[in-house]
Amino acid sequence: MDTLLALLNGFSVAFEPSKLLFCLVGVFLGTAVGVLPGIGPALTVALLLPVTFKLDPAGSLIMFAGIYYGGMYGGSTTAILLNAPGESASLATALEGSKMAKAGRGGPALATSAIGSFVAGLIATIGLAFLAPWLVEIAVKFGPWDYFALMIVAFVTVSATFGDSPLRGLTSLFVGITLGLIGIDKLTGQARLTFGVPELLNGVEVTTLAVGLFAVGEAFYVASKRFREPEEIIPIKGSLWMSKQDWKRSWAPWLRGTAYGFPIGALPAGGAEVPTFLSYSTEKKLCKYPDEFGKGAIEGVAGPEAANNASAAGTLVPLLTLGLPTSATAAIMLAGFQQYGLNPGPLLFAEKPDLVWGLIASLFVANVMLVILNLPLIGLWVKLLAVPQPWLYAGILVFATMGTLAVNSSPVELGMLFAFGYLGYLMRRYDYPVAPMVVGLILGPMAEAQLRRALQISLGDPMILLENPGSATLLGIAFIALVAPFVMKGLNRFKAAED
Amino acid sequence: MSQEPLAHRPDKPALLVGLLLLAVAAIVGYDASTQTITSNYGLGPTAMPYVVCAGLVVLGLAHLVVAFREGLPRPEEADRSALLWIAAGLAGLIASIALGGGFVLATTLVFACTARGFGRRAFLVDAIIGFVLGLVIFLVFAKLLTLILPSGPFEQLFL
Repeated sequence: MDTLLALLNGFSVAFEPSKLLFCLVGVFLGTAVGVLPGIGPALTVALLLPVTFKLDPAGSLIMFAGIYYGGMYGGSTTAILLNAPGESASLATALEGSKMAKAGRGGPALATSAIGSFVAGLIATIGLAFLAPWLVEIAVKFGPWDYFALMIVAFVTVSATFGDSPLRGLTSLFVGITLGLIGIDKLTGQARLTFGVPELLNGVEVTTLAVGLFAVGEAFYVASKRFREPEEIIPIKGSLWMSKQDWKRSWAPWLRGTAYGFPIGALPAGGAEVPTFLSYSTEKKLCKYPDEFGKGAIEGVAGPEAANNASAAGTLVPLLTLGLPTSATAAIMLAGFQQYGLNPGPLLFAEKPDLVWGLIASLFVANVMLVILNLPLIGLWVKLLAVPQPWLYAGILVFATMGTLAVNSSPVELGMLFAFGYLGYLMRRYDYPVAPMVVGLILGPMAEAQLRRALQISLGDPMILLENPGSATLLGIAFIALVAPFVMKGLNRFKAAED
Repeated sequence: MSQEPLAHRPDKPALLVGLLLLAVAAIVGYDASTQTITSNYGLGPTAMPYVVCAGLVVLGLAHLVVAFREGLPRPEEADRSALLWIAAGLAGLIASIALGGGFVLATTLVFACTARGFGRRAFLVDAIIGFVLGLVIFLVFAKLLTLILPSGPFEQLFL
């Protein structure tokens, strides 16, 4: 009952006109960047951080959440009409979606993904609202050792478990943690890795790293391979509406997609790619019309789209209750909280219930706005794809510079932006994931602080980490998650040989 | 790139990453060893750097192993002139801010050079777009957010 009351209270915050406006701006921007290939919600939030730090915290965070949800909706449009997924979360959608569009069924494909996203978003947000308070109650009892172990789990799963190569993921993570060491140590005042450069005493700004890796790195990368033929937009023929048959074939995949997306998104393993592909392969197996798969089966669009939206809501569970980011966007949103001096976690639920519950309530509002905005405005979104690429990326770089200068207007900061941008380019080129680096920079110092606090309490005895059931279990999970990919790799090879 | 002798020749990018990681590990370790402030109880500020240093050494060595085995994924050919244009724009940006040229000049350079890097051939038009964009952003920041972006002689006219 408490949850319902809190949620109602949240709605009273979310329905304030200014909050509704922030939410609308967020979903609008989010859909736009989701549609545009190459710019995702993580980058957009990173670009907006410096602009918003003088605005109302609750409003800005509502806007960020709107961008996150909107990005998931918008990504499907590009995946279906361009066969070029705007986000990795839309990869699975592109498989069947673009085939449907080519067969003249682009309208129903867009409709099933929009309505499926709505259904999934709604269910998953309800899940978030009811799971969060329960998790908060557990999290209150967490000691620093538990938090430290939890962060180790996040480190391992974000970098090693998923992605192509655990080695490259872990390398990215460790470079991020190294960057996190730079600056003055908060407990003792010792300057670390600053080499006498005064600008480095405050540490590396999360926004500079994120904008450099995502925006500048992406610009370099796309420019470096612009020889490729541009993709053609497939015009939408026929009705946007789904037939009775389409509805009948869509509802079950929506629900199954949600069932994959929400829990997997909520796990510290995180990410939207895994549930979308799980959903795709499940629908392929369960489909009553297996011949249609590969030629444009509506189930293959409905399931993954529901899964990716549900996972976005799932990601917010550990972010809000534990302060643990499990995706790139969540990591940047955590930086967003921190810029207002807010630390997500059980304390935030107690201290700022209006803000937390207002944010959760506004997710419902965002979902409704998105389903209303998405289909009627499809023409506008398609036009957005016609913006010439040179202007698009030139504009992104101008905004990237603006963001960096607004945080700290020094040439050193810009030099770091440039360097991180080139690093981001090289990482994309050699297939190193960039998200673990951002997570490492944000969580590294937090993990260090928790570990030192834990060892102060235990008077320097490291066994405290293993003597506590909570932290011992978590460290065990982290260890398994670290070793599993190396063992599984052998298994996969075995399987592939069998085929 | 020939295919046959690959098995015996180390993969250069992987080798380079491995050596770089070892170098960073050395820097982190050296920096920690020269620190003067220590903690009286619990872990001091040097503990974490040593852990990170050890991790970097392991990853660096793993890269060296990879270099002699499968190597890193082979990227497709990059368009060097495009990269150079964007880099030139960013260098112009840093120079403009460092030498007091101001924000608007900086965005003009970034916009025009990036657009050129992406294959447009209308440098002057793009420069004008970048100029207007920069000016609008500068004014929005100055008037609405009361945040003054770096200003040169030109920006002073509006303040």
